[in-house]
Amino acid sequence: MMKNMPAARDVVQGPPPPPPVDRGWGDGDGSDGRGADRRASFTGLFVLLAATIMVFAALTSAFIVRRGMSDDWTSLHKPPILWVNTAILLASSFLLDISRRALKARHRTKFNFWWSAGTVLGILFLVGQAFAWRQLRNEGVFIATNPSSSFFYVLTAAHAVHLLGGVTALVYVDVQALRLQLGPAKRTAIDISAIYWHFLDALWIYLMVLMYVWG
Amino acid sequence: MLLAAILGVLAAGVVWLFAAKIWWFPPGIDAHAAAYDEQFLRTIILCGVIFFLAQAALAIVLVRFRQRGNQGRAQYSHGDRRLEFLWTVSTAIVFLGLALAGTKLWARVHFDEAPADALPIEVTAKQFAWSFRYAGPDGKFGRTALRFINDAAGNPVGLDDADPASRDDIVSATLRVPVNRPVKLILRSRDVIHSFFVRELRLKQDLVPGMDIPLHFQAERTGTFEVPCSELCGLGHSQMRTTMQVMTQREFDAWLAAREAQKR
Amino acid sequence: MTLRRRIFSTDHRTIGKQYYFLGLFSVLLGVALSLVMRYHVVRPKALGGAISPELYLSLMTMHGTLMVFFVLTVVPQSAFGNYFLPLQIGAREMAFPRLNMFSFWTTAASLAVLLSAFFVEGGAPISGWTAYPPLSAVGRIAGPGEGLGQTLWIVSIGIFCVASVMGSINFVATIADLRCKGMTLMRMPLPCWSWLITALLSLLAFAVLLGAAVLLLLDRSAGTSFFLPAGLYFNDTSIPGRAGGSPLLWQHLFWFFGHPEVYIAIIPGMGIVSHVLSAFSRKPVFGYRAMVYAMIAIAFLGFVVWGHHMFMSGMSPYSAVAFSLLTLAIGVPSAIKTFNWIGTMWGGRLRFTTAMLFAIGFVSVFVTGGLSGIVLGQPALDLYFHDTAFVVAHFHMIMGVAATFGIFAGTFFWFPRMFGRTLNERLGKLHFYLTFAGVYALFIPMHLLGLAGTPRRYPDFTSVDFLGALMPLHRFITHAAYTVAAAQLIFVANLFWSLKKGPRAALNPWEATTLEWTDAAHPVVHHGPYEYSSPGAPADFTMQTDAPNIRSEA
Repeated sequence: MMKNMPAARDVVQGPPPPPPVDRGWGDGDGSDGRGADRRASFTGLFVLLAATIMVFAALTSAFIVRRGMSDDWTSLHKPPILWVNTAILLASSFLLDISRRALKARHRTKFNFWWSAGTVLGILFLVGQAFAWRQLRNEGVFIATNPSSSFFYVLTAAHAVHLLGGVTALVYVDVQALRLQLGPAKRTAIDISAIYWHFLDALWIYLMVLMYVWG
Repeated sequence: MLLAAILGVLAAGVVWLFAAKIWWFPPGIDAHAAAYDEQFLRTIILCGVIFFLAQAALAIVLVRFRQRGNQGRAQYSHGDRRLEFLWTVSTAIVFLGLALAGTKLWARVHFDEAPADALPIEVTAKQFAWSFRYAGPDGKFGRTALRFINDAAGNPVGLDDADPASRDDIVSATLRVPVNRPVKLILRSRDVIHSFFVRELRLKQDLVPGMDIPLHFQAERTGTFEVPCSELCGLGHSQMRTTMQVMTQREFDAWLAAREAQKR
Repeated sequence: MTLRRRIFSTDHRTIGKQYYFLGLFSVLLGVALSLVMRYHVVRPKALGGAISPELYLSLMTMHGTLMVFFVLTVVPQSAFGNYFLPLQIGAREMAFPRLNMFSFWTTAASLAVLLSAFFVEGGAPISGWTAYPPLSAVGRIAGPGEGLGQTLWIVSIGIFCVASVMGSINFVATIADLRCKGMTLMRMPLPCWSWLITALLSLLAFAVLLGAAVLLLLDRSAGTSFFLPAGLYFNDTSIPGRAGGSPLLWQHLFWFFGHPEVYIAIIPGMGIVSHVLSAFSRKPVFGYRAMVYAMIAIAFLGFVVWGHHMFMSGMSPYSAVAFSLLTLAIGVPSAIKTFNWIGTMWGGRLRFTTAMLFAIGFVSVFVTGGLSGIVLGQPALDLYFHDTAFVVAHFHMIMGVAATFGIFAGTFFWFPRMFGRTLNERLGKLHFYLTFAGVYALFIPMHLLGLAGTPRRYPDFTSVDFLGALMPLHRFITHAAYTVAAAQLIFVANLFWSLKKGPRAALNPWEATTLEWTDAAHPVVHHGPYEYSSPGAPADFTMQTDAPNIRSEA
């Protein structure tokens, strides 16, 4: 639809500018592709968190119904190591946060150190949970012993499975960091892993309240 | 054209199939069934009208607006707010009205307790048979326990003979009730979920292990009516059938007495 | 490309096709199972009684499971969505291509585990796709297939749940963050809205099913009592050590998933139908916003009506009233959509392609299937109809037929874009007419079986007297079933022949407006998705990427 030929001075010299990157926010500002990837990762994370919340919501409602139904609910004696594990988990989150702040201040070595420390504590939490299970088994409390113990095992196992996924993410970031392959594009991986980890903290606290107050 | 014609035939044919009542409920035998049939008729007529109008509207649209040669463009429109509002509100009123109309019927079955003089009958379902227990002259259901269950010896509910109240309990494989008398069923299951269904009563209720579920009715016509299990309970699900026999009070008393005599 | 890269492709179009063919395989298998079932119903003694009650029930269980999960959850959402969502919103790819690949192969693994149940000792489970405990929870003692077969079924479903959540993550992130410039939410084609809403439904519903499946597995293998009460007695054996659980708890958890699941099955079809009707009426969708809000309302309400599957279950009769009111309330947004579909065609210039015929057929069967829901949604009426053939007729009409018509409409519409060729229209129309007439012939009589009181899930009808009188109706239904099944062979032949030998298609053979019919690398959107017959525009359709000065209202 060329109505008029452009005057010579209007013709742009040189190669055309790079095309606008199309993977942008659809409402018009069309920002850079990397930004969209980062935003998408966060959206994806929140969707995953929503699904995880629903799994535990289902288990919680089963818990509430089962508890209210028969009079065979006896409170479970919970192994005290759970408190230690809780402290370890919260500490690991704290360390991860320190490491992220260090990275923002561009202290890579500090980042590496604190992130690794957080990861190690995370793994320690899982070990601690295994200990808690062993202590229960030594007391003769198994998954089918009573409804309270059933839910204890199910809830802690479900949490541990999700935490294992979290540990995998932490280890992945750690390995990349130690190999000095943690470029700016991987910042998103750091943030996503950290947020997921904090979520698992919050979930754990919720489960502790559920088990100690009603279990 | 072809699709419009099929839609027209469908609209008329389906309505006719239902209206002709060739395959329909069996006649009801209690007041509840009469009320049930009324609510159903209200519903099905409404559904029939909507069905007919919808299929007809589709058929009309197909014929009227098919592309014919060079007619120019379609009417450009993104919708009509007023029309949307109107049909939304009318649909809401109609559907909710229907739902509320059925609530009274439901309330009479499940909100109201059985009358105090209702004849209690304990129903126990198992894979794949029914047992109906009558309390006998003492009016009390005796003790039962799992360890006394002996199907081969005719003790499917596990009556404890040590309990005097059990001695006069009658257990029957078929349900027998006196006509024109309120009956209260207490529904239980021994193994999996089953379901008690009598078409002529227009009543159905699942039997769930671990629960005692009450269901009351008053039959107003005598006869024998089939009771097919109505919740998948295993490979014998379609064989799990018994009957409900509604008889006069005299016949019922005679039957009970005969069964008592047998026990002694 | 190496074979490994092609099989484990991260390309959304390949993955979409993989899902499509997985669904196609599953539906053919599911139909075959149903034909065996229908044959047995009319000839119970055939083959020397080779189809025992337990075999029948296991075929029924697998039929339902295959159809609900591997056909109706997979094809409308994962197949069409993966292929066309990025195209329709102008994104280059889904948000997480590798996760996408994982979600397909996890789904495939789930199918493999499910099918393995056929081959283990005892065979496939007999508890139906709903797997109610105690029947599904006590193991072999409850019946054949209830041993390893049931366990494999539960594991398969659990894997499917994980695959679903993975898929949802991709869909939501893609729609939220990867829309191209100018593609606001309210300019998205309706299929995209349907895929968004369905993805949100999926992630919430399947997560709950996963929880329930884990608990059921534990009841079966770890001695827990989530769903098992005390005092169970099977075949001269008392089941020890179980107490306090509730079979109703399973039903609540299952149907909390199960009801949204049926909306997961139908909502993408609704989006596709709106899309196709608009294109072949040469008119914008009537009430685009209302269509969006109606889908959202249906999805939201879909989460609070699960109790209508449990009216007779022994749950509180008071909650039944609440569930009933909410259930009938869903009729309102559904009616809005129906009015709007007709409104879209009204005043249009209708082009009767096969895709259009299936879209119109969808409207017809959606109304029919939805109306029987008005009967079932009233607990007072459900007192008769619960667990009868009337229920089976209802959900087959709406899922087995309407949702499937949505798939057919999508297939005929999008085949040129997916494979660069067109399906044969004459075969398509023949397939449509035979199928449309056939499904009514099949399922309307099934309502009548229900009216007469026929219980569902019966392997045979010889033990109940009043059922014997209904055999002529059963024979008619079986004949219709075989006819409809045969008609589908026309479709399969058309599909596979056209894949290789179909005439090459133009880029935009239907003269449609949306981005999947362009090949712009970096699209910029200036118009709404359904600008057909816009007054003053040069053509009777304005593509979304057309220059902004072309007059349109959206």
